[in-house]
Amino acid sequence: MTALKQEVNYDDLIPNNVNLSEDRRLRKALEAWHPGFIDWWKDMGPDGFQDTPVYLRTAVGVDPKGWAEFGYVNMPEYRWGILLAPAEEGRTIPFGKHKGEPVWQEVPGEYRAMLRRLVVIQGDTEPASVEQQRHLGKTAPSLYDLRNLFQVNVEEGRHLWAMVYLLHKYFGKDGREEAENLLKRTSGDKDKPRMLGAFNEETPDWLSFFMFTFFTDRDGKMQLESLAQSGFDPLSRTCRFMLTEEAHHMFVGESGISRIIQRTCEAMNEAGITDPTDVEAVRKLGVMDLPMIQRKMNFHLAVTLDLFGNEVSTNAASAYEAGIKGRYQETRIDDDHQLHNDTYAVLKVVDGELKMVEETALNAINARLRDDYVKDAEGGVKRWNKLIKKAGFDYELSLPHIAFNRQIGEFSGLFVSPDGAVIDQSIFEANRGTWLPTASDLAYLDSLMRPVTEPGQYAGWIAPPKVGIDNKPGDFEYVRLAG
Amino acid sequence: MSLLRQHLIDPEICIRCNTCEETCPIDAVTHNEDNYVVDADKCNYCMDCIAPCPTGAIDNWRLVNEPFTTEQQFEWDELPEENTEALSDSDTPDDDDEVRELLAQAHAGVRARAPDSAGKPLLNMFTRSAPARARVVGNYRITAEDTESDIRHIVLDFGATAFPVLEGQSVGILPPGQTGTGKPHKMRLYSVASPRDGERPNHNNLSLTVKRVNGGVASNFICDLNKGDEVEVVGPFGDSFLMPEHPDANIIMICTGTGSAPFRAMTERRRRKQPDANGRLVLFFGARTPNELPYFGPLSKLPDSLIHKELVFSRLPDADKEYVQHRMKARGNLLGELLGNSHTHIYICGLKGMEQGVEESLHMIAEKHGLDWPVLRDDMVRLGRYHVETY
Repeated sequence: MTALKQEVNYDDLIPNNVNLSEDRRLRKALEAWHPGFIDWWKDMGPDGFQDTPVYLRTAVGVDPKGWAEFGYVNMPEYRWGILLAPAEEGRTIPFGKHKGEPVWQEVPGEYRAMLRRLVVIQGDTEPASVEQQRHLGKTAPSLYDLRNLFQVNVEEGRHLWAMVYLLHKYFGKDGREEAENLLKRTSGDKDKPRMLGAFNEETPDWLSFFMFTFFTDRDGKMQLESLAQSGFDPLSRTCRFMLTEEAHHMFVGESGISRIIQRTCEAMNEAGITDPTDVEAVRKLGVMDLPMIQRKMNFHLAVTLDLFGNEVSTNAASAYEAGIKGRYQETRIDDDHQLHNDTYAVLKVVDGELKMVEETALNAINARLRDDYVKDAEGGVKRWNKLIKKAGFDYELSLPHIAFNRQIGEFSGLFVSPDGAVIDQSIFEANRGTWLPTASDLAYLDSLMRPVTEPGQYAGWIAPPKVGIDNKPGDFEYVRLAG
Repeated sequence: MSLLRQHLIDPEICIRCNTCEETCPIDAVTHNEDNYVVDADKCNYCMDCIAPCPTGAIDNWRLVNEPFTTEQQFEWDELPEENTEALSDSDTPDDDDEVRELLAQAHAGVRARAPDSAGKPLLNMFTRSAPARARVVGNYRITAEDTESDIRHIVLDFGATAFPVLEGQSVGILPPGQTGTGKPHKMRLYSVASPRDGERPNHNNLSLTVKRVNGGVASNFICDLNKGDEVEVVGPFGDSFLMPEHPDANIIMICTGTGSAPFRAMTERRRRKQPDANGRLVLFFGARTPNELPYFGPLSKLPDSLIHKELVFSRLPDADKEYVQHRMKARGNLLGELLGNSHTHIYICGLKGMEQGVEESLHMIAEKHGLDWPVLRDDMVRLGRYHVETY
């Protein structure tokens, strides 16, 4: 390891705007962490593509012109930078009991444990998704999609760096240990799993990948947005910059599913199929039937909603009170940002029925974030339905009810149909195959997963994108595969 | 009637991620439940929103007589078609004819098309009626003092005004004052000599290579500029003489004199952004003597690994006159090999007189390598791989 240390010029290697060259202690900590990260990337990152040049976007600065530099990169040599959004001069804590006080540049002692916990949880999700997606490269439907997968992967890697920076810089020995542990847990591992359930699920096929980026990365967006409100300024600035990258992940998911739907509709029209639920006929065309897409949506939404934790939560209330984690777009909300006298209507289970109940707004922080999330996700679904309608089909996709198939929070243990009816377990089980992906769905998906590696060519189940990345032409070689 | 180049967001591609709205320094981007839109009354074309957009939806432009209101844009499911009627001759921006004429002369004989992998140029952002103002921050003679040709390297700084150009594009300079008959002086087009991120990286400036022409109003005005002077600049212009950005692209650059300007820009772009690109840069550059070859010193220092240089002189003492077309024949094997490669792009820029000789050399080299030049040339033109800009 000593040899490696000497070879690496960290000023060149790590684009940063945190004065890394002048912070000896931090440099030393990162130098100690870096080899382990590279080992992790090589062991657990994209399988089979470590020496492949990929046309990637690298952030080398935080101003609008500096943060989207495109070029071919071998992923282990990607420049994972430490970039914080520019400091806002005179920024004050926007909410909670410290509202109006100057933001903290150091961790307040009383909130140290709480902050560390939040940073670790956020940090744990970043490498987890890289692990979940590591085999997808082998079945990419095009070089364009392969490149997008890898862009998502390296940016998750950078987000890990962002959290590790905070741990190293502000949390001393504990922070360094936590940073080490972020590389020790593994998605889906029996003994040392990742911390959150959705991040231990498999991502076996590209529909799952697009669903994951659409639904689960969107949870990431909501979490980052609420942490971007934080009174702990370095966390806020870190998350603000991460959000610009997270947007790309939303794009991959939303446009990926759009392109699948578009291709399915085109194929059905070409074949003269008028009933999108005639699954057998549709599958003969080698495209993904809409009912299966609906079942995948049902599954991924439910798993992702579990990430929001308990709807009514005193932990979330404490973090809000402390000025550590706010609400989605906190500063745009028109209220007193302290919420001592406010209530928020939360859907709860009362005597076996779903009912709206007024909770104190402070205790309902998680429920509110989840509601904002669902609204955000609905925008994409609306767009997909427009495609289906435009193609002339009478079929609508919809988000399942928030109580459907939940394992965590208010609705866990309850059986609820996708349209929100509380039902018997037996009825749920009888309909499982209509509502959730079946073994035959997964086998069919698996049969479609064949790589397409010719520039400008796409698998038969997905339409080409409307525009290329970085305005590149249709046959651009986004990934230079050997041979 | 004046036309506006309106900045629009493609609702079919946009994913409503809010990045543009967050990025816009003057709050020109707004949204409703369905669409993100740009307010034409506010947008000042600073381009800050372009790079951060994850989808490319942000990079859409329409020439319009009346800008679309934000309310209209909120209703869109897709972008409106380009209104070709708005582009009819009578409605073109006030100085478009002048520019079109100049470009048509420069590209005479070749129906030009940009290479597939070229960046997307912005055009006509500043017009004679609303020019950009730039400040001169440098004016250097780049030919030796004792030579006849006075060629200048001019650096213009645009301050807070965004003036985005791509390598190969031109700008127009408006000399102040009027002709004897009371008309404004004609504008002159100059190729930009610096890459898109500026003469100095990430400074909002660009450079021009300008030769003093005897009696030329614009060139004398420019060559006499002092540091701190202000000039009126229009453009950018040119949507075809652009560099390919594919790293495998070979770029053969053939020029004389100030025709080197776009090649300086392209070479510097490669050097800054794709130093390890597979594609080759090959330069044939003619001048009378080394002292009269613009940028001779800096050019000589560029490593051969970046660019293969053939500097050709026609007035060396004790040597026969040699022109670029001669040297091209002498390097027939290199050129022949490149001509057979589908990644090769040819750019010719300089005095009109050179074009014929260069073309003859290419013809000869192609035949020698078993290539049918007229067919190959037409193919290259059609695919945006053959470009001529002469004056």
